Order: sequence, then C-alpha cells, then structure tokens
Amino acid sequence: MRGNKIASVPYALWLALFTVVPLVIVLFYAFSDDAGAFTMDNFSYMGLYAVVFFRSFRLAVLCTVACLILGYPMAYAMSRLSKTGQTVALILIMLPMWMNFLLRTYAWLTILENNGLLNHFLSFLNLPEVNIINTPAAVGLGMVYNYLPFMILPIFTSLTGMDESLIEAARDLGCNERQVFRKVVFPLTIPSMLSGLIFVFIPAVSTFVISKILGGGANMLVGDLIEMQFLGGAYNANMGAAISVVMMVVIMIFTAITNRLDSGEEGGVLMS
Amino acid sequence: MSKNELIRLDGITKSFNGNVVLKSLNLSVMDGEFVTLLGPSGCGKTTTLRIIGGFEMPDSGDLYFGGERINALSPDKRNINTVFQKYALFPHLNVGENVAFGLRLKGVSDRDVEKRVSEMLELVDLSGFERRSVTSLSGGQQQRVAIARAIVNEPKVLLLDEPLGALDLKLRKEMQVELKKLHERLKMTFIYVTHDQEEALTMSDTIVVMNGGQILQQGSPIDIYNEPANRFVADFVGESNIIPGRMPEDCRVEFLGTVYDCVDRGFEKNEQIDVVIRPEDIVLLEEGENSIQAHDRLLKGTVKTCLFKGVHYEMIIETGDFDFIAHSTVAEKIGMQMYLDIDPDNIHIMKKSSLETMTEMEYRLEHDPDAVMEEE
Ligand SMILES: Nc1ncnc2c1ncn2[C@@H]1O[C@H](COP(=O)(O)OP(=O)(O)OP(=O)(O)O)[C@@H](O)[C@H]1O
Ligand SMILES: [Mg+2]
Repeated sequence: MRGNKIASVPYALWLALFTVVPLVIVLFYAFSDDAGAFTMDNFSYMGLYAVVFFRSFRLAVLCTVACLILGYPMAYAMSRLSKTGQTVALILIMLPMWMNFLLRTYAWLTILENNGLLNHFLSFLNLPEVNIINTPAAVGLGMVYNYLPFMILPIFTSLTGMDESLIEAARDLGCNERQVFRKVVFPLTIPSMLSGLIFVFIPAVSTFVISKILGGGANMLVGDLIEMQFLGGAYNANMGAAISVVMMVVIMIFTAITNRLDSGEEGGVLMS
Repeated sequence: MSKNELIRLDGITKSFNGNVVLKSLNLSVMDGEFVTLLGPSGCGKTTTLRIIGGFEMPDSGDLYFGGERINALSPDKRNINTVFQKYALFPHLNVGENVAFGLRLKGVSDRDVEKRVSEMLELVDLSGFERRSVTSLSGGQQQRVAIARAIVNEPKVLLLDEPLGALDLKLRKEMQVELKKLHERLKMTFIYVTHDQEEALTMSDTIVVMNGGQILQQGSPIDIYNEPANRFVADFVGESNIIPGRMPEDCRVEFLGTVYDCVDRGFEKNEQIDVVIRPEDIVLLEEGENSIQAHDRLLKGTVKTCLFKGVHYEMIIETGDFDFIAHSTVAEKIGMQMYLDIDPDNIHIMKKSSLETMTEMEYRLEHDPDAVMEEE
C-alpha cells in the first residue's frame, strides 16, 4: 500500500497543478470584478446573452440527435461487414479526424458558399440555388460532420464486441431477425449510445470557430462568446470565466442525466 | 420411452474452410431418449449439435425432425431449445425476464408468464430469484437459469453443449443427478454433449462415441463399456488394457502366448482381434493363495507402480510382453510378484476391422511411439 501511495504522488501533483488550481482560478474570476472584489454581477448580467445560450444549446441537442440517427445505422452497417470491410470503413471514418480541424471546416465553406461547389452543382442540374452559408443549418452541418465519428465509434465497438452466442440464444428462443435486433442487440448497445451522446454533446455545446466560419457573424455560439471575452473587443475575463462555469454546470447536469439512464437500464424490465 | 424416431441425421457432411469436420454422419434419436455425444475435443460434437439446432447448415445430407426434412428451417422455427456452453444469458434482463424470454415472444399473457417462470425457477431450485441480475449469479446458478430458460418453452428436444463444463466436481455431480431427474420428469428428448466419459456413462440412455467427425459406436452405456466396438472406444470410455490376440476357435482366445477361455463367438478361425480387459476386472493374487492351484495358466507379473486414486489404487503390472493397468482396493508392494486372475466373462473381444478411423499404425504412433520405433 505504501509503495502505491508514493507511486501516485506525481499523478496527484499533476491533477492538483493542472485541474484543481486552474478550476480555482476560473471560479475566482467568475465571482469577482476586475478589481478582484467578490461580486455576483457576472452571473446576473449573463441574461444579456440568453439568445446565444439558447442557440448553442438547441444546436448542440439537434446535432447530438442527428449524430445518433445517422451514426447508429452507420455503425450497424459497418458491424455487418467482413473483417477487412470493417477495417476499411473504420479508417475512412477516422481519416478526416487526422486532418486539421480548420482545414476541414474551411473545406465546408468552399462547398456551402453562395458561389461554392454545392450551388455550382445545383445549377448544373438546373435546380434552384440555395443560400445555406451563414445560417444555423450550415453550422449544424459542420458540427455533425465533425462530431459524427464520436457517435459511431462507441456504438460500432459495442456491436462488434457483442457475444455471438447471445444472438444465437435469441434465435433459439424464437426471435426472428428483426426481433433479435429489437430485443437483444439494441438494448445491449444502449450504454454505448449514451457514451456517444456525451462524446458528441460536450464538444457540440462548446463549439466555436465552426460557427464563425460557416455561420458568419450572426450565429455566434457560447464558445465564440467566451473567446470574445478573452481575445475579442469585449475583453472581460471575469465574464468569460462566469460563462465557462455555467457551461461546466450544464455539461455536468447532462452527463449526470445520461449516466442515470444507463444505470436505469441495468434492472432490465424496460424492454419487455 | 416411446419408440418413435424423432430426429434423424442422414449422411450429414460439414466442412469449414476445406476442413472436413463431419463425415457423412448418420444418427437416429428416439423420442424421449437421453442421447449423449461423447468424443475428444474437436471431433465435431458441437458442430453436430449446431446443425440440429439450426445454427449451421450441413454441406450435404439431410436432417429430419419427426419425419420432416428441416435442413433450411431457421432456429426460431424449430421445436428445439439449446442450453449453450457458456450459458449465453441476456445481461440486460433479470433472471425472471431471461426465463420469460421465449414465452413473451409467443405472446403468453403476463399472468401466465409470471406463473410459469416461478414454476420453472422452483424446478431448478432458484425460487425467488426473479428480480436478481444474472451477472450477480454464481456459475452453477447461471447454468440453472439457462436450463430453465430453455425448458420453459417445452421444446420437443433440448440440446445441451457441455452444460456442466465450467462447474467444480461436486456441483457437477449434483447437477448430473438433477438433469437426469429433470429428463425423467419432463419426458423431453435430451441431446447432450460432453467429453467426460464418466458423465456420459452416468446419465445417458444412449451414448454416441465420435471421433474425427464420424460415429464409432452407438449403444447403451453398458454396451459401450462392456463391448466397445474398437480400440478407440475401449480406450476413450474408461481405462482399459488392449492386447492384440487371435481366436483359435469360439470361446477361446490366445494372447500373450497363452490360450484363455472367453465368452465371445462368431469369429473366423484364427482371426486377429483385440482383447479388452478393464483394470477393475483384474483380480490380483499373491503367490500361494488358495485359488491359484485351480488356475495354472494365470498370467504372472511384477508390480511396477502403485498410485492412490481415492477409491482405489491404480497399479501397473509388468508381465514381460505387456504392462497391465489394474485397480484394487488393496495396495501392493512395488516389485511384488502377482498373478492376474481374469474371469472369462471379463475378457472382451473386438474385431480389428471395425470402424476405426485411425490406422493401427497411427494409433500406436500416437499412444506409444517408442514401441513403434523399436520395432523398426
Ligand atoms: N465456425 C468454424 N470455423 C472454422 N472451423 C470450425 C468452426 N466451427 C468448428 N470448427 C472446427 O471443426 C472441428 C470440430 O469442432 P467442434 O466444435 O464441433 O468440436 P467439439 O467436438 O465440440 O470439440 P470440443 O470438445 O473442444 O468442444 C474443430 O477442428 C474446429 O476447429
Ligand atoms: Mg464443443
């Protein structure tokens, strides 16, 4: 036991230095004014930004739901491929993630621009052009594109790791193919779906840059707002810290709810 | 037990990646029978069971269920349920819902489901476990849930793939008795897979001994044990001394240079055969013991080793040409001269030319390579 304690000292130091200390600093800033005196003003003035909060939250939820709806069937289809097929599909899913994030997002800009690829393509087909750039839809598209792998990967892993004999047992007990999915495969992937939800929601709700590049000025998100407090014209580190604290609480609540759903599954009478 | 044939495998052949695993298998299972497939690892027992269950398609041959060909019928449409080797309980469902799984699919009303689940759990001695999580159960308990989950559907046939493999010896013995009782009570047909010969002998109505994807012998435990069809069966089912010999006439057999009385007849004159003598059928007599005068042709040997095996001692008796394994409840001193007394009833004669999959040479190479080398 003693040896273990000594071995854990560097990690404890690391945690203290890079997690606890910064958190304390952020909290201090959030609850003080620029002179360093205690105040709640940062929170009471946050109402000004309610629109931004609402937009961020709505977009994050929509993006997460879209990722689930797109990602589950994709993960399922991938899991039905041969071993080689699975590897190829996995690489194709991961490959864009190895490309720089900014590059990927600017690529979407050139596609969605008013005189971009999409509209060229539409006019080529003699279809009416669309104005999608600088709308929330463009931001949502960019977010789904960037975060979809975080949904696919856990679900795919859970599907491919599933014990084949459970599926055979279900068949044995009288399930047809569709019932096997509904009664066994789907319920067993619920925990992985919940992980996917968390993995997508957290970056989605604090997205920035995507909204700037694809959403123009009019679609500012909380992430951009925070950036603005530290780097932009509205310089106000105390406000920035306060907004961060609020976001942290939102994410904590979301994660807690998701975890609750997960442990609720364990009882297992839900899906009868 | 009624005498109707329920399942028939007719020339079933199956290979995986060009590897022939079942070679034109023929098997007939009667309604209500307890049939055990017995054989060494990799001989194709599980594959046979999976074909009956509908999880593998045979490459050729036909599978009949109650006279109907069911080769292409999917598992959910067969009146057969399986107890899987690793139980395969659904981890997202509690014990009760696992057992209820098949009933719910059939649309049985909630009230009946509840009643039958609790009856089943009582049958397997798990009353009141309905709401427990299956992951919190011990191996033996999980195994009983798996049995309850299968038999609650009242299938005609229950397939069991080494269901007791993961249990400790004591629990295993208990479960063997429980399963046997269950079979008698439910009057279902059981097809049971094991590589434990003792388990097969204890539980079965019929034992099917397999090796290399073929059936070597099918018969009652007593037949299989007492009249093994060939060396492989004799060796696999219980320990035995297998000695090459010759039948000079009916009820007379010559081996190790001496002619003995036996009870087998119907062999050709001087036919080459194998003699099987079970270790427990050898009575060891000391020099000068009364009965010796009556048996002047007794084999004589020296005790080479003597090991304690719990109920008995296992001894190797060296007779010059052949080392006998003998069991006795009395330990003998190593180096003692002993006489081997064998009742004519206990000298079993096997035809050489029977179904053996290995050639004589392959067999000996595998079991006693040194002796083969020396001869050459
Ligand atoms: N799906 C498969 N793909 C390839 N080979 C297989 C497959 N299933 C079984 N085999 C092979 O077929 C042979 C027989 O396997 P099987 O599982 O029927 O043996 P078994 O008698 O049940 O053995 P054990 O006592 O070890 O369970 C083995 O050599 C095995 O490697
Ligand atoms: Mg097997």
